[in-house]
Amino acid sequence: MAKILKINGLEKTYTSGSKQLTVLQNISFEVEKGQTFSIVGPSGSGKTTLLGLCAGLDEPNSGVIELCGYTLSNLNEDECAELRNKEVGFIFQNFQLLPTLTALENVSVPLELQGAKDAASRAKELLEKVGLGNRTQHYPSQLSGGEQQRVALARAFSNRPSILFADEPTGNLDEETGEKVIQLLLELNKDAGTTLVIITHDLDLAARTQQILRLKGGQILTNETTPNS
Amino acid sequence: MAWRDAKASRVRLLLFMASIILGIAAVVSIQLFGDNLKNNIQLQSKSLMGADYIIDTKQVPTQRAQEIIDSLQPDASEVNFVSMASFPNNEGTKLVRIRGLQGKFPFYGELETQPIEAASQYQSSGGALVDATLLLQYNIKPGDSIKIGEISLPITGALKAIPGNTAISTSVAPLVIIPQRFIEDTKLLQFGSRREYQFYYHQPQVDLVRLEAQLQPLLAVEEADLDTHTSTSSRLGRRYDNVGSFLNLTAFIALLLGCVGIASSVNIYIKEKIKAIAILKCLGASRKQSFLIFLIQIAGIGILGGFIGAALGVGLQELFPYILKEFLPFDLQLSISPQPILMGVFLGLVMSVLFALVPLLRTWYVSPLEVLRFSGDTLTESKNARRIAIGIILVFLYGFSFWLLKDWLFALAFMLGVLVSFALLAGTAILTIKLVKNFFPKTAQFTTRQSLLNLSRPNNQTVVLLVAIGLGTFLISTLYFTKDILLDKTEIDTSSKSANLIILDVQPDQIGEVAETFKSNDLPVLDNIPLVTMRMHSIKNKLVNKLRTDSTTQVKEWILNHEFRTTYRSELIASEEIAEGEWVASQSESDFVQISISDNLAKDAHLSLGDSIVFNVQGVLMETVVKSIRKVDWANLQLNFTIVFPEGVLEKAPQFNVLTTYAATEETSAVLQRDLVKKFPNVSVIDLRQVYTVVEDILDKVSWIINFMAFFSIFTGIIVLIGSVRTSKYQRIKESVLLRTLGAKNKQILTITALEYLFLGVLGSLIGILLALVSSFLLAFFVFKESFVPSLVPFLVFLPGISLLVVVIGLSNIREVLKSSPLEVLRKSA
Repeated sequence: MAKILKINGLEKTYTSGSKQLTVLQNISFEVEKGQTFSIVGPSGSGKTTLLGLCAGLDEPNSGVIELCGYTLSNLNEDECAELRNKEVGFIFQNFQLLPTLTALENVSVPLELQGAKDAASRAKELLEKVGLGNRTQHYPSQLSGGEQQRVALARAFSNRPSILFADEPTGNLDEETGEKVIQLLLELNKDAGTTLVIITHDLDLAARTQQILRLKGGQILTNETTPNS
Repeated sequence: MAWRDAKASRVRLLLFMASIILGIAAVVSIQLFGDNLKNNIQLQSKSLMGADYIIDTKQVPTQRAQEIIDSLQPDASEVNFVSMASFPNNEGTKLVRIRGLQGKFPFYGELETQPIEAASQYQSSGGALVDATLLLQYNIKPGDSIKIGEISLPITGALKAIPGNTAISTSVAPLVIIPQRFIEDTKLLQFGSRREYQFYYHQPQVDLVRLEAQLQPLLAVEEADLDTHTSTSSRLGRRYDNVGSFLNLTAFIALLLGCVGIASSVNIYIKEKIKAIAILKCLGASRKQSFLIFLIQIAGIGILGGFIGAALGVGLQELFPYILKEFLPFDLQLSISPQPILMGVFLGLVMSVLFALVPLLRTWYVSPLEVLRFSGDTLTESKNARRIAIGIILVFLYGFSFWLLKDWLFALAFMLGVLVSFALLAGTAILTIKLVKNFFPKTAQFTTRQSLLNLSRPNNQTVVLLVAIGLGTFLISTLYFTKDILLDKTEIDTSSKSANLIILDVQPDQIGEVAETFKSNDLPVLDNIPLVTMRMHSIKNKLVNKLRTDSTTQVKEWILNHEFRTTYRSELIASEEIAEGEWVASQSESDFVQISISDNLAKDAHLSLGDSIVFNVQGVLMETVVKSIRKVDWANLQLNFTIVFPEGVLEKAPQFNVLTTYAATEETSAVLQRDLVKKFPNVSVIDLRQVYTVVEDILDKVSWIINFMAFFSIFTGIIVLIGSVRTSKYQRIKESVLLRTLGAKNKQILTITALEYLFLGVLGSLIGILLALVSSFLLAFFVFKESFVPSLVPFLVFLPGISLLVVVIGLSNIREVLKSSPLEVLRKSA
């Protein structure tokens, strides 16, 4: 099957004062198109850093990242942004909605950046899909955590991405709301046939994906397929 | 706790402080300077006059006046008048004020000359002291000669300063000092010449108050006046007090603008602190404790800002003597008095706390529940507390304005003016934002739409930014337009070939020859105006002599002592129109004489149609009645008259004439002046082109001072702008990073930000310029009574300049976005 994400020999080091802190070391793995893929590990194991690198939000010290057929190190900042805009969707633990935009405007941003004419109608359609058809004009501060994450879900799917990165999508939600959000995420993902890379502490959630990559201390502990594959 | 919390937000708190520093510096420097000026005037009061007291009169002293003058034994005397002088070396001619001095004047202060010894030698050597700038302009040196009337005198030295004179006061007619004994030989004091006699007394032991009380009434009857050094200096003090009040108000506006900036920044600051306040309350902090944490922070900022502002003010006041040099009649010695500095610190504390009070009150109403569920909108505030806070601000503003102006009505008018300006700026800003929000095309490009809609987002500071930008632009544009109106008023219309050379003091037997001289220079005689001097003998059957001593009279004093220069003609001229009554073109001598008076004379003398005036026309009493009142445009540089007689009455009275002509170039004008001065030493020539240059120069200097003050507001506006931009910095970075994460390119982020600030800059400066246009139009219409054609400079220079500045400040805010990794920022906000 075609690979949508290829990581080879990745290393990331941060400088803190005079000290060098290695966050990721010798990371290599691949994600197939349409696959659901989870990255698990304890806090500080480098999960979020890895996700950021995969999505081209930061640059590694060494190693190669190939996303949707593009080697990220060959792209400049604007080309990376364009790739994200066309092929990538994001969901963050703390929702990361633009506080100054309404729900509808938040969802339409990726489409607007592409210059899509029907951004508003598509955004409204997606908000209805996530059950927020009646909250389109509300600002994030006027929504509950669960509602904010549903807006984030709608935004993540608005540009019909090939790959979706989710960083602890239920981390800030109670169990019941979290479960609803995951259900929705998996449904939308299935309908759209998107590749899903999800970072989680929740091993039950990880078990619902097709492949699990375990990180510890910045290194890969295991990379195994699950019975769902 | 206040300190610990402040440490974490110190950059932002420092910016709040910066908003008020300039305003305080301006107020303190002007207060200090004012104090110094008053002290200097008091200390130097004798050297301002050069004597203990003076008796002056605008005519040859009457016998009674001369008796009084002589009985007091004057130590020096002077006769001064305006005349033409010429320099034989290069044939240059110039209108000058001749001061013929006798005795060792000045007794206090110094006659500063170059060479220094010229001051003490000119009397014995029989030379002239000539204004130093005039010598420079005409390239003349001490040792050359000057021709005044019929005589030539060697120039002993350049005159740099004489007590009581300012550079501005002698700019039209520079001073030439000569020994009084030569005045008669000049043959310039002929009939009709305007002159002033001054008698200087050096009598330090005399009780000036008693002397003034005793002699002033006696001298007034004789058309003379007694001035003591104390009364003169207190008059001067009052004059500078008025200027000081105006400068203080402009400084106060800068301070107010800074305070609005503080209010807005603190508002956002407190909103961001709500979660922290809620946590503190959860941990057991009382309302008072949490309120005090932030109150102490703001008070600390205020006090520190007050100190820094006061220190800056002390430094700034050193600049004032240089800025005001041309307007000051003495050298200023500066010292530092404690009161203005204490006031600066007090202002810093009170103004910052007062203006931060409304947003600070929010801390009182923060519920601990905010920890569990944050929404900025659930805050409830007591409307009463808010109203009380706003009430206190208004009372303080009024109190401070009253303290500055010492007049409750002016203070009220100033406060209302400021409130209306702020409200208009804020109102226009809000309206425009609403219009943009509701009517901006939804189909427009994302970047454009996003940038404009950012202006109406929650937590936006659009209004305060627009007020800051608008007020700054409003101030400089109003100054610019007003200067334009004033210059327009004095501008000589070169295209219409109206008179630009006025020849004064032409005796009747010289008219033909003067006209001939015009002709030989190919110049036309545009006007030949006869002038008859007279005084009022009685007004509405009340003797002027009695009116002078009548404390209940409403007739203004100047009328009772004035020597009127009147004319007679059959037609109205362009600069006047009939406001009331009927114009009489001519009449026979035997009739009751029907005259026309100007509206200002009618007002000051309480005269209306049909009222009678008896004039003393050089010894002959003439009964007249007011037949018409004219509205006269005095600013129009034409020969205007307060009193005009019909033809057929004054033709035989002793008179002299004024002739006017139009010279197309400065060279033609100079040649004619040379010719005239050579042939008719008694005539004086006023070159309106030169007068215009002087007026322009004075306006330039005045506007420089006003601009200097306006720049406090503008700089404060910029600091408020930087403060506001900085306050929203983190939010902006986060938004831009998110946009970049979602695929926005650098260009798109830059465009969104640049357009947003461009819109703010253009809108703010445009509102400012438009308001300035309206206020200038009102000024032109109601105050200057002049048509107003606005200059394009504010639109072509101020608008793009200020907009660009705003864009640069705005873009500097997102520099970090373009530099930092999105992941880093996203992690920070996690």
